[in-house]
Amino acid sequence: MNTQTAVLDTTAIRADFPLLSREVRPGTPLVYLDSTATSQKPIQVIHAMDDYYRRHNANIHRGIHVLAEEATLAYESARERIAAFIGARSAREIIFTRNTTESLNLIAHSWGRANLHRGDMIVLTEMEHHSNLVPWQILAVEREIRLEFIPISAEGRLDLEAYGRLLAEGPRLVSFTHMSNVLGTINPAREMIELAHKAGALAAIDAAQSVPHLPVDVQALDVDFLAFSGHKMCGPTGIGVLYAKEMLLESMPPFLGGGDMIKRVYLRSFVPNELPHKFEAGTPAIAEAIGLGAAVDYLAAIGMDQLAEHEQMLSEYALERLEEVPGVTVLGPPSGERGGVAAFSLAGVHPHDVAEILDQGGIAVRAGHHCAMPLHEKLGLPASTRASFYLYNTIAEIDALVDGLYKVKKVFA
Amino acid sequence: MGCTRSRKYLLKSTVEDLYREQIIERYKNPRFKGVLDPNDITFEDDNPLCGDRIRIDLRVDENEIIREAAFSGQGCSISQASADLLLERIAGKSLDYARALTKEDILEMLGIELGPVRLKCALLSLKVVKAGVYGVPAGQAGDDLVR
Repeated sequence: MNTQTAVLDTTAIRADFPLLSREVRPGTPLVYLDSTATSQKPIQVIHAMDDYYRRHNANIHRGIHVLAEEATLAYESARERIAAFIGARSAREIIFTRNTTESLNLIAHSWGRANLHRGDMIVLTEMEHHSNLVPWQILAVEREIRLEFIPISAEGRLDLEAYGRLLAEGPRLVSFTHMSNVLGTINPAREMIELAHKAGALAAIDAAQSVPHLPVDVQALDVDFLAFSGHKMCGPTGIGVLYAKEMLLESMPPFLGGGDMIKRVYLRSFVPNELPHKFEAGTPAIAEAIGLGAAVDYLAAIGMDQLAEHEQMLSEYALERLEEVPGVTVLGPPSGERGGVAAFSLAGVHPHDVAEILDQGGIAVRAGHHCAMPLHEKLGLPASTRASFYLYNTIAEIDALVDGLYKVKKVFA
Repeated sequence: MGCTRSRKYLLKSTVEDLYREQIIERYKNPRFKGVLDPNDITFEDDNPLCGDRIRIDLRVDENEIIREAAFSGQGCSISQASADLLLERIAGKSLDYARALTKEDILEMLGIELGPVRLKCALLSLKVVKAGVYGVPAGQAGDDLVR
């Protein structure tokens, strides 16, 4: 057993997450190791949304009545706390979207269409999630722009020399994942952004895995665009964020058109609203934004440094234990350079079979390509099994995972 | 459809049921694994969700009887075992026989209950056989073939 001192009181934390105490089947407790897909939700988040619907529900930004004022205040206060959570200069830089995917599509659709022309180049990486590939592929066809990819090494690190060569070709934008959802690799974002800026390119980060798991400060990173989802960080589904520097947002055309994103509308034209409303057409996900506000309060109270340290400890332990199972190969770089994600293959057994047998023991992991088909192609694997960790996971759960893998091996012996 | 619906709400099979000896045995020692070249019918398709990929080759005589059958590719135990069982079932039978096979036939052969995700694994080989027999253009095999 691991003897490291605990950074987080997981017993107290787990008591905040009602779902974690359920049994998967009678007598089988849940071991939830799939937070990279979506995290569980603490009671504080559930209560915030419940309270909104029970006591304050109204449409925002227009009503004069008390409920409308309360709802608007709750929604905008969530935006302010989220801005503070990632170190944004102001809440005007926080655009609510549905999720990371929509945030990245917003950049491609609005900034991309207004600024990119035939022959322009965008740099992506080989480890991207489909959400940071497909919006650019759509734009590439439409605008005849060129996509280039930073290759990855066998250990799952970006080839920064190749990155330097791509930058020398004068890309307009570099867009990359802060932390790989498969390899766990934490990319040197600050350094990469600085290099992009020196080469005259803007930098966008897919922060779907970093904002939930690491302290992220957009000003320290000096990043131009940063996208993340609420549901992976203790918040609800249906709410995500696009952070962008105010100057950029001011210069960008609106994304979707409709109510709330306008200041004035004429029969044949409109004047867009001020930031951040310019990018939020229609009635937004009000309860979900409030839920995400409660989620960042929750995470901030625990402390992102402590949370990251806890996951680092789990990740180190998991890598050590997984590698002692004969036939297991863990993907990605060694611990110390990675977050709380451990994707692996087990010789002779397909990931679906691994996940199915683990599920019988109440252990929830993900099996498949984790929305990173090109990455799996590069690794020469049709799929992998992925265990991922969050603030509520424990050493005992990793032990349960390893015991489960021995059971898998027995079934397939 | 009625049958599918009721199946969906059944409790999942246990490991012991799901990984019956037959499935593990077929996965490890398939009887119809290989490639037939030349062949009369060949078709390949994948299930991009999980990365299962199956190619099926058939040799058919002038009376439309399947004389030889082989599958190749990779995937989970359910997809591989169902391909092997399916080919055993259609070898020596007519193309019409293969056309008439349904989802229920596959589930009966496997002898287990499957959730919606694993159902796709189990039905991939039937989809590939039917697409080949019907002469569906490559890449256009739809789930309607195995409904």
